[in-house]
Amino acid sequence: MTNTKNVILSAQDVVVEFDVRDRVLTAIRNISVDLYEGEVLAVVGESGSGKSVLTKTFTGMLESNGRIANGSIKYRGQELTELKSHSDWEKIRGGKIATIFQDPMTSLDPIQTIGFQITEVIVKHQGKTKAEAKKLAIDYMEKVGIPEAEKRFNEYPFQYSGGMRQRIVIAIALACKPDVLICDEPTTALDVTIQAQIIDLLKNLQKEYNFTTIFITHDLGVVASIADKVAVMYAGDIVEYGTVEEIFYDPKHPYTWSLLSSLPQLADEKGVLFSIPGTPPSLYTPIKGDAFAPRSRYAMKIDFEEDVPKFAVSETHWAKTWLLHPDAPKVEKPEVIQDLHQKISQKMSN
Amino acid sequence: MTEKLVEIKDLEISFGEGKKKFVAVKNANFFINKGETFSLVGESGSGKTTIGRAIIGLNETSGGDILYNGKRINGKKTKAEHNELISKIQMIFQDPAASLNERATVDYIISEGLYNFNLFKDEEDRKKKVTDMMTEVGLLAEHLTRYPHEFSGGQRQRIGIARALVMDPEFVIADEPISALDVSVRAQVLNLLKKIQKEKGLTYLFVAHDLSVVRFISDRIAVIHKGVIVEVAETEELFRNPIHPYTRSLLSAVPIPDPILERQKELIVYDPSQHDYSTDEPEMVEITPGHFVWGNKAEMAEYRKKLN
Repeated sequence: MTNTKNVILSAQDVVVEFDVRDRVLTAIRNISVDLYEGEVLAVVGESGSGKSVLTKTFTGMLESNGRIANGSIKYRGQELTELKSHSDWEKIRGGKIATIFQDPMTSLDPIQTIGFQITEVIVKHQGKTKAEAKKLAIDYMEKVGIPEAEKRFNEYPFQYSGGMRQRIVIAIALACKPDVLICDEPTTALDVTIQAQIIDLLKNLQKEYNFTTIFITHDLGVVASIADKVAVMYAGDIVEYGTVEEIFYDPKHPYTWSLLSSLPQLADEKGVLFSIPGTPPSLYTPIKGDAFAPRSRYAMKIDFEEDVPKFAVSETHWAKTWLLHPDAPKVEKPEVIQDLHQKISQKMSN
Repeated sequence: MTEKLVEIKDLEISFGEGKKKFVAVKNANFFINKGETFSLVGESGSGKTTIGRAIIGLNETSGGDILYNGKRINGKKTKAEHNELISKIQMIFQDPAASLNERATVDYIISEGLYNFNLFKDEEDRKKKVTDMMTEVGLLAEHLTRYPHEFSGGQRQRIGIARALVMDPEFVIADEPISALDVSVRAQVLNLLKKIQKEKGLTYLFVAHDLSVVRFISDRIAVIHKGVIVEVAETEELFRNPIHPYTRSLLSAVPIPDPILERQKELIVYDPSQHDYSTDEPEMVEITPGHFVWGNKAEMAEYRKKLN
């Protein structure tokens, strides 16, 4: 079914480097991934795995010491890596690809009213007059669930709670009428009840406005609730990609196994949680083979020597692990994440 | 027979005075048994950290009692009482980057409490205590001469844990100790906290907002909403039979790491205006043994009906 959908954004062999004090840090190592129209792609990984850096390349927002060293990023056929000037990017940012960040306090202007900040965007991106924009802005505020929108139109960000502020940030993003919405940990700073409401809101808005979403998070629970597709990142690379069901119920990469195994819901009877030994590799030195190998109990000799190609598991699922090579020994995923659905259902119901 | 280590009775904590007075915690009632892990969960601003800080004496209380081993510990204390208390109660903070002295070596950071309270015989004894603690939390002795910025977040939290535990406390207040950590590191730190608790018979007060982690680590849980403790119960009892509407809403919001279950999940929204406390005043009621709920008489009758 997904194959009939259009690829809206496509990254091929992307490498991103940063200059840090005379050294080169490779934050993204040869990533190729497609985003399909109308889907929610969740990008999951630990801090420093490159989730945010990857999506920043889609909007030309890399820090000034960073650059796309190799590869191509195409948005509806248009090559984004060739865009240089600020005005070129202005045509993509917001109107085509908009971003919602983690902390709503820093993405709103503290000395402008909420109303002004939304109408400004409507005037710019939808070419409306001020009066029309105000009406629309109040509509958007109601859409994202701000009570008494008309009254709160003239208030300032500090008068809003964290959850309400994030709703405003979403309203502003909507006002750009984006084609792709990048959500960079939009609920991490929020309480669970508010987080659930914001996720619900994003799901409903997506149905109504038909945008495509990239959702960055480190929380597997959030992934399960929102994603169609999942990309698992480790040390600057996507190590596994698949539908949300494939990633949760049929994961192939040892790193995905480890992530799932460390879910608190899966602690053993003695209350011991699985934990991954060691730490992620330094991105200053070139990585050979599977970056996760030094921390993996399933690592083979080849994992330290040869870079891993993508091994297809299904039409929608691939993983970069030598375990999928036809000559590799058959290895089952760890016991703790077998029958994941049954295990978690049982835990939730008793 | 379980013994109560900490008892909170009708606790009120307020900030400011007169018109500006803000009551952060009111009518708080709960107890913590010796050797258990007790968790305080609630949203940001609900007062959970305030209670934790009040127990260790960092926040002043404006009403009620905090009993430690049956002795009142809030309000005025002599210097000796204060010192005795803070050597028995230790705290682990949320942000391991902000809570460690940037300019001190790990050796000094871990030893500071020992120096302050003269808890070692001689230099050799101090060194032994510190290195033993380092091993205990999974760090190496060679790390002692380094500075906090040379460590990862998970390692820094281990230093924070070592610093608290080297004092040989009875009671540890851990304020969101794993919120700033990544999933894989989180598991390491949680396992460590559990292991040490078992070895030393520690009592933990866990202040947290992530319910899936809280469920994993706690024996009993108190749910706090806007400064009011609305429900206290054993962990599995609370998850199986949540009674207060706020608890029910909170539990329904926890993301489940399972796509099928997530699709079937229904959010319960909590509306505080559903309580009418104008005439019939609420109190903490033990509705079934060990399960306490905040509510008035009419509500209790409703809750009881649903239980049967």
